[in-house]
Amino acid sequence: MTDLLRANLLSPIPLAFALGIVARLLRSEFSLPKDIYTGLSIYLLFALGLKGGVELAHTGFAAIALPAAATIALGCITPVTAYLALRRLGKFSTSDAAAIAAHYGSVSAVTFIAAQQFVAAQGLTVEGFMPTLLTLLESPGIHIALAIGAVQRAKVAAREAAPAMAMQVAGVTAGGAAVLGGGGGGLALGGAPAAPNAAPGGPAGAAGHAGHGSLRETLREVLTARTMVLLVGGLIVGYLMGEKGWEQTKPFFDAPFKGALTLFILEMGVVAGARLGDLKKVGPFLLGFAVLMPVAHGALGVLLGHWAGLSVAGCTVLATMAASASYIAAPPAVRVQLPEANPTYYLTASLAMTFPFNILFGIPIYFKLAQLMAGA
Amino acid sequence: MKTHPIKLVTIVVEPVLEYRLTSEIRELGATGFTVTEGRGAGTRGGSRGTDEPGTNVRIEALVPEDVADRIVDHLARHYFQDYSIIAYVADVDVVRTRKFAAPHSTAAIGGD
Repeated sequence: MTDLLRANLLSPIPLAFALGIVARLLRSEFSLPKDIYTGLSIYLLFALGLKGGVELAHTGFAAIALPAAATIALGCITPVTAYLALRRLGKFSTSDAAAIAAHYGSVSAVTFIAAQQFVAAQGLTVEGFMPTLLTLLESPGIHIALAIGAVQRAKVAAREAAPAMAMQVAGVTAGGAAVLGGGGGGLALGGAPAAPNAAPGGPAGAAGHAGHGSLRETLREVLTARTMVLLVGGLIVGYLMGEKGWEQTKPFFDAPFKGALTLFILEMGVVAGARLGDLKKVGPFLLGFAVLMPVAHGALGVLLGHWAGLSVAGCTVLATMAASASYIAAPPAVRVQLPEANPTYYLTASLAMTFPFNILFGIPIYFKLAQLMAGA
Repeated sequence: MKTHPIKLVTIVVEPVLEYRLTSEIRELGATGFTVTEGRGAGTRGGSRGTDEPGTNVRIEALVPEDVADRIVDHLARHYFQDYSIIAYVADVDVVRTRKFAAPHSTAAIGGD
């Protein structure tokens, strides 16, 4: 196990990440220009989607059915376990618990890529459909956690307020249920344009979707977010173009991939380093949560992956997905839906704790668990 | 050249609200707006709720007085409590007031 950890720590991704953190701690002015950072993330996600799509073309539906079911199960379980741990053990408010749970129920694409690189470095071949699973895991967690937040808030409101509030409560609860349905539903890319139903200039119209952003708006935001468009779009393009198309685009999308990833991770180190100061503000419970929850979710991922028939490499990557916390898709959705939740909690936990933990230690741990499971 | 008084509403807010607020101020009667990206800090530290602390956007709109009141009222009621946001209203003069008044607005006076 120590050999495994050392090998991981001396590979390009953790080293570049550490350099970013150190640069930030030394108050270096270094950081990637915003547009390059955005450009690199577009490149990485689209390359990931394309390659996944090409490999998906070789995969039969039967091969992917069980792993997909395991992934969706993880997407439904992890936000609930995270919420319960935060609410019951950590005594967080319903909004803060739901907000943090939305991050831990969703997935970090960069951590996923790091896991793929790790198993490749171990000389293993991972199932080609893993990027497809990544897209399945991204949104259910966010929606389930936000729905929990909406329902719990409605309950609190009902307890505190007079029966006159009943109508509003019913509205919020129904909205939560609708979102639950939406999360499990098909990937309606683009979605329907928002109906301009409000009378122009009517104050009532604008007030109608203020307060807590409409649930439909959040669904649209999550599904049309950069990650989803590039990943799902890349999968479709890759699937349709096949090996022939891949051969043509490979020089750009395959060979430079690792280098681009290393540069991107360097910037992630800077971003995470900027949040390290906030670790003092979030309290010991959340710090422990940000390490132990990923390990628990990772173990669950190994278990479900094993049952679904994934290889050791596949189990490791699925476990890493379950263990990772979103920091790109979830924050804006949560900010709009649960404005009273404190962003310092969820951003610090996912970005300054869980992300580094998974990159440096988590992935080798999940790999070891997967090996033990396979041997058992 | 003859000019007419009108209000300049300026909102400085965390970027996550940009699209929501720009659509809402239009519903409240603004005929247009301008958005610029910026950096800064205030009572809540840098703008929160974004993976880049300290980024914000400035939304500006030229509107008749009644629309300015509605916008500020709306922001105060729905956003001031939970978000990093400030808003202010300034008196400015323009040549074409009609350009800045929604068709229904009673404040649509002055030449074009």
